[in-house]
Amino acid sequence: MPDAVPVRRDAPVFDLLERVLPLVSKPVQYIGGELNAAHKDWDGARVRWALMYPDAYEVGLPNQGVQILTEVLNEAEGVLAQRSYAVWPDLERLMRERGIPAFTVDGHRPLGAFDLLGVSFSTELGYTNMLTSLDLAGIPLLAAERTDAHPLVVMGGHAAFNPEPVADFVDVVVLGDGEEAVLRISDEVAAFKAEHPGFGEATGGPALRRSLLERLAGTGAVYVPAFYDVEYLPDGRIGRVVPNTPAAPWRVAKHTLMDLDEWPYPRNPLVPLAETVHERMSVEIFRGCTRGCRFCQAGMITRPVRERSTAVLGEMVENGLRRTGFEEVGMLSLSSADHSEIAELAKGLADRYEGEQVSLSLPSTRVDAFNIQLANELSRNGRRSGLTFAPEGGSERIRQVINKMVTEDDLIRTVTAAYGAGWRQVKLYFMCGLPTETDEDVLQIADLARNVIRAGREAAGTRDIRCTVSIGGFVPKPHTPFQWAAQLDHATTDARLHRLRDAIRADREYGRAIGFRYHDGRPGIVEGLLSRGDRRVGRVILEAWRDGARFDGWSEHFSFERWMAAAHRALADEPVDVDWYTTRERQQNEVLPWDHLDSGLDRDWLWQDWQDALAGGEVDDCRWTPCFDCGVCDHLGTQIQVGPTEAVLLPLPTVPARVEAG
Amino acid sequence: MARRPPEREVVPPVQRLRIRYAKRGPLRFSSHRDFQRALERALRRARVPMAYSAGFSPHPRISYANAAPTGAASEAEYVEIAVVRRCDPAAVRAELDEALPPGLDVLDVVEARTPDLVARLEASRWRIEVPGVAPTQLAAAWSAVTAASTLPVERMMKQGLRTLDLRPALLTGSVTDAGALGAALEVTIRNVTPTVRPDEVLVALREVGALPTGDPARATRLAQGPLGAQGAVGDPLAADRAAVAVQVPAS
Repeated sequence: MPDAVPVRRDAPVFDLLERVLPLVSKPVQYIGGELNAAHKDWDGARVRWALMYPDAYEVGLPNQGVQILTEVLNEAEGVLAQRSYAVWPDLERLMRERGIPAFTVDGHRPLGAFDLLGVSFSTELGYTNMLTSLDLAGIPLLAAERTDAHPLVVMGGHAAFNPEPVADFVDVVVLGDGEEAVLRISDEVAAFKAEHPGFGEATGGPALRRSLLERLAGTGAVYVPAFYDVEYLPDGRIGRVVPNTPAAPWRVAKHTLMDLDEWPYPRNPLVPLAETVHERMSVEIFRGCTRGCRFCQAGMITRPVRERSTAVLGEMVENGLRRTGFEEVGMLSLSSADHSEIAELAKGLADRYEGEQVSLSLPSTRVDAFNIQLANELSRNGRRSGLTFAPEGGSERIRQVINKMVTEDDLIRTVTAAYGAGWRQVKLYFMCGLPTETDEDVLQIADLARNVIRAGREAAGTRDIRCTVSIGGFVPKPHTPFQWAAQLDHATTDARLHRLRDAIRADREYGRAIGFRYHDGRPGIVEGLLSRGDRRVGRVILEAWRDGARFDGWSEHFSFERWMAAAHRALADEPVDVDWYTTRERQQNEVLPWDHLDSGLDRDWLWQDWQDALAGGEVDDCRWTPCFDCGVCDHLGTQIQVGPTEAVLLPLPTVPARVEAG
Repeated sequence: MARRPPEREVVPPVQRLRIRYAKRGPLRFSSHRDFQRALERALRRARVPMAYSAGFSPHPRISYANAAPTGAASEAEYVEIAVVRRCDPAAVRAELDEALPPGLDVLDVVEARTPDLVARLEASRWRIEVPGVAPTQLAAAWSAVTAASTLPVERMMKQGLRTLDLRPALLTGSVTDAGALGAALEVTIRNVTPTVRPDEVLVALREVGALPTGDPARATRLAQGPLGAQGAVGDPLAADRAAVAVQVPAS
């Protein structure tokens, strides 16, 4: 007997949701209605996108990717986009009980009513939340089981550079910058729908859906995993990855947006009612990073560096502040103090907003690019935020391995100046489990922290200063020189961190001034499995999700045992296991699951950089030294775009407030 | 040597403004903290010249009073702000309303001319719509509730689980037919500390009045102010308005 024809439900579901909201925690996160949110006419749109950030609203709302793409799509004629976030388990349970489908917060439309469901993955730990949403939306979890009545599930974000673990669940993958790519996809879908008037009503079934996917794959702009077959060797390694249709290219390259000044988004930053992790407006001051830190996937896959100019940044900040009322402006990038005109920008903005309680922050600053004058400008008009630096490695030797060339002297000089200028607390971020690392490298973090406090006490003239050491476990990522590295097993990670903790605690003179924060090594193993996994890992994700895995980035929801049990069941008939994916070093000739996805980086250059890492060799930044042939610009036809522009931010004209009397 | 706050000039306030606002529709699910953040940002967007506190973290000077609980709608919430330059209350009303999201609606702004607004917020008039029950059922439940001499309910407080007696705070009430929404109870509740919440009245209606449980009720605060005869609730801003009228006679 054929299955019943699925009925596409378009109507908003707020009336159903409203009845259960009094029963859940923080209901405000599900109501939408943020200031500056767009409300585009549903019926007038030819292509409709739901854009999901697969984590809680409080984390997802500030995400710049989703805000930017929602706005870019809504500005396009005939295209509509609404946002969606993961629902907490308390609401999920009620939605299942009452048959409430997964919804967008903008219009409370069911996700199944859209042509496309875009999911942005900053981290692989959101995979299970995507499955929850698909399931609640009545969309088959497996792409192969969907018909033309279901949305195309489109994956983006940094994790999309190895989408293989979720290849069975997603239809389309976009690599790199999304601004132009989503418009391109919208055009193709609009044209296809115009040519196939019955599309979307389940009349065409899988065949019509397949022909749309072939059309998209044929543009070369996206990766459609279903059009590639993966062949395995008897020992479990990949033999090769082959297109199974002429429509699909052998390799798919990332998108790179050139001239960020032409794309000053978000123009309408969202102001949520609910409390979120970042209570500020954000301005992306540049994209990409060529510092060359070998552990950093973001720095590798977002090359080259493309700055926004001082003049455009000035306009974006002014526009954003007027439209939001935020008191803090986060100047985002992968290493914000590296902007060619950061000093002029900070001073110009501080002058403009003198007396207006506006503070500026640089969420990511390198020790060697930072100075106190800059810090003072950032906090001149508002609240003084804490200082965080990331030496990443405890010893000089390990910092050479990871190519984070910050010397201990640099660090001591910078933090001493900060303590001398009145800061009382400095946070230092490190990683544990880096390639070639020994216990000794990690124990040197304690020495470094002691030296920081010793020098800081002298500079501040008081014993009352603190330093917080925060440590995360290193997870090797695709498209980095460390993609071949063995991940450190969690037991050794934990043992190393315990030795470090004991060393800090045992210090009578300085121990109490040093705070120590770390997480156990087990979540990192699951992240490692999902980061460097292949298509077989999809079965592990499905097993774990069926067993209740949700919100894996949250320690209160994460269960290591559940994941290991799921992997054991799902990989029982395979010659591979979790260790094979995580703690195994790869050889140069091994086909990696993401080799057919092109980040622009030359594979031989990456391998050479990995060899240089093992030998302790360093590589410079191509912004200030000649090109070292990483491959990106040559191969993708891009180039570095940096200042200085020598533009000056002029004072803004004073306009009297309309509320003032007389 | 302790770090001293940065030496910023602290400008003293020259005027205080009292604001009545409503929390409507889906926005009733916003909490008081959500409203605080939204208001602070809206004041900046509306370019209201706020007075700020001194110290490391200067905060705008805003006094909140008796916020309705999360999930309850309201037509009568009150807040007072201090500004450093004189403002036109009508312009503040319009600009601030524009700067707040729809559903957080500014209804009235008056210049404070009298002391202590909070003391005048003696009681609240609530409308509680109970879906799926007949007016007669709700009326019977209300009679049972008013006949009781005490109405203990349990509430989780910072100090742990505590038992509160609702009965002394419940004043007059009446039941009307709410059509498709079921039946509605309009009740005056004295503003006591800790505040009696409308969902606790519903608990009493269910436990003491044997009202059947069903979909969550929907509560709206209709008025908040001085307590008059027969449970009537007056306008807490009337005194300020009268004082303004005396000082600035109509020309």
